[in-house]
Amino acid sequence: MPKKLVTIIGKAVKSAARLRGGGSALPGMVVEHIDPNFIKQTLSTLPLGTVIVSGTNGKTTTTKMVVELLEGQGLKVFTNRTGSNFTRGVAAALLGDININGQLKADIAVLELDEAHAVHFVDKIPPRYCLILNVMRDQLDRFGEIDHTAKLLEHVAQKTSDTVVLNREDPLVAAIASKLSRQNIRYFGLSPELVDIFPSDERLHTENKDISNNQLPTDVLLSRLVNQTATFEFDNQSLTADLEINGIYNIFNAAAALSLVRAVMGDKLNLSKLTSSLEKITPAFGRGETIVVGGQKLELILVKNPSGFRLGLKSFDPSDYKTMIAINDNYADGRDMSWLWDVDFTSLGATGVDIVTGIRAYDMALRLQYDKVPFREVNPDIKKAVKKFIDYNKNSPKRIYCTYTAMLSIRRLLSKYTKIEGVIS
Amino acid sequence: MIKPVIDVVHLYARDMNIYGDRGNILTIMRRLEWYGYDPKLIEYNPGDIFPEDADIIIGGGGQDSGQSKIQDDLLSIGPKLINLAENGTPMLMICGLYQLFGKFFKTSTGESIKGIGLLDIETYGKSERLIGNIVTHSQQFGDIVGYENHSGQTYLGPKVKPLGRVKIGAGNNTDDDSEGAIYKNVIGTYLHGSLLPKNPAIADFLIKQAVTNKYGKFNHSEIDESLTQVARLVAIKRPR
Repeated sequence: MPKKLVTIIGKAVKSAARLRGGGSALPGMVVEHIDPNFIKQTLSTLPLGTVIVSGTNGKTTTTKMVVELLEGQGLKVFTNRTGSNFTRGVAAALLGDININGQLKADIAVLELDEAHAVHFVDKIPPRYCLILNVMRDQLDRFGEIDHTAKLLEHVAQKTSDTVVLNREDPLVAAIASKLSRQNIRYFGLSPELVDIFPSDERLHTENKDISNNQLPTDVLLSRLVNQTATFEFDNQSLTADLEINGIYNIFNAAAALSLVRAVMGDKLNLSKLTSSLEKITPAFGRGETIVVGGQKLELILVKNPSGFRLGLKSFDPSDYKTMIAINDNYADGRDMSWLWDVDFTSLGATGVDIVTGIRAYDMALRLQYDKVPFREVNPDIKKAVKKFIDYNKNSPKRIYCTYTAMLSIRRLLSKYTKIEGVIS
Repeated sequence: MIKPVIDVVHLYARDMNIYGDRGNILTIMRRLEWYGYDPKLIEYNPGDIFPEDADIIIGGGGQDSGQSKIQDDLLSIGPKLINLAENGTPMLMICGLYQLFGKFFKTSTGESIKGIGLLDIETYGKSERLIGNIVTHSQQFGDIVGYENHSGQTYLGPKVKPLGRVKIGAGNNTDDDSEGAIYKNVIGTYLHGSLLPKNPAIADFLIKQAVTNKYGKFNHSEIDESLTQVARLVAIKRPR
């Protein structure tokens, strides 16, 4: 079928799907069905090729960082912005950005793909660059085991034609380098002083803290972090930036994004523009976003696995804040509650937790009880809990740790019954 | 007043510790405290000297890489563990260590990994992964709730009894309705969840055995289980 016709059909399905409400993958599915080479043909025309961002934690915000940093350098970037991080989502996003002749007006594509989808994607479309963030205990009931996840990411790296950016501090990710021969390898990493506040799963389970790979040279090193001011080091120079993004894990991933952007731009990199774009980046939807409700800040922190939850608790000081925790166990959250027992909640002991909610509120409350963390109320009904949380704590800034589907409900609720200023999405 | 000490050994804390295994340790430690004892946690890792006065031994699951790291060490301490088990030391082994407490694990490629044979069980690696919420029932412990995630399928020999019978889920294998195994005071099971926080009857069984072995009798106050009860009821109703 001619490409023009495929494009027209796809675009028609996309507007139909939008009218129906949502369904970002459906038009992509239609196009993939009619023309399996659609994505490949379209992406192969890009002068700077394709970048894949993968790993278990922080893909969405990191992808957003890479895109905005490259845009700050003057490139036109195509990305699967809706976070529909699989092949059909990419096809669907393409449909929105191509013209009727099927041409994509962009210099480079930056795609977020989870490991299970990336592994198939790279067989069809080998990327020029890939960035591998981490391998953490995430969605294990979907993918089986961590070793398996690492193998998938290794395959993604092997299919990459030019440069692979790896996390030096994650032993499973750093080990991928030994399986690569033709690619340029760049590591992002942490200074020894910062390593301790970024526990990987591996490090968490051992008393021997000396398993970091810090003898490997880094391309970009996060060397200092004081509140929101971060210093990154590369090429014997340093870049200090006051960041909007919060959460130390996001800030570490900024080092990853910087390394990737350095690889893409080479000697054309404009350092002052890099700093100014970096300072402007805000977190992706639901990943540490701040909403103002009744004149008080309300932070939504997405937690989906033990490492993410631990890092969240380390990143955000609970004093002065009222805390709510919302735990669902829908398919998208993962059904297994074991992960809550791999998180140490004792840092909430002094302030306590105001309300515990979600389908598995009682599992969470039980978890807090075993860590001797007090809580005011357990209420599995998210709607009631959010209302109570806001009504009861009118004069305090608030923070909600929530799993993915709980976050979706909470955002919906907040936009419905309170006046929301400055929703960042 | 000096509180009576109970030594809790976390077997292979570094390499066999996944899906909330630390929740089991925490539950034992806290409940001992709440009952008025002084629990001491000893983490045992390959090459360490095996603690002489182990009162309770808890072990968990691991990645394939974790299992290969501990296998030789486990075989070397096997006779000690068997001796302790025969003398009534309570133990709880989840998933990976449950399998290796058995006679062998035969992988899907035909390789046989030797276990210590403390439990009369055999495990066979299969391609199908048994994953999801699970509820079993035992006369001794009532309903047992948890989450299973394993591709090894385990078959029980005559010297062990099943820990429970599966009501919802898969259990030891896809051929019979058994889940886990119990021999003297040693419990093996596939249940994560974590197991002990939502199944305090099993936690208290292990604690009672340990305290009775060491001090002759188990005096204890009651623990408020109201949260636990609701958490159990919710868990039982969740989809697989």
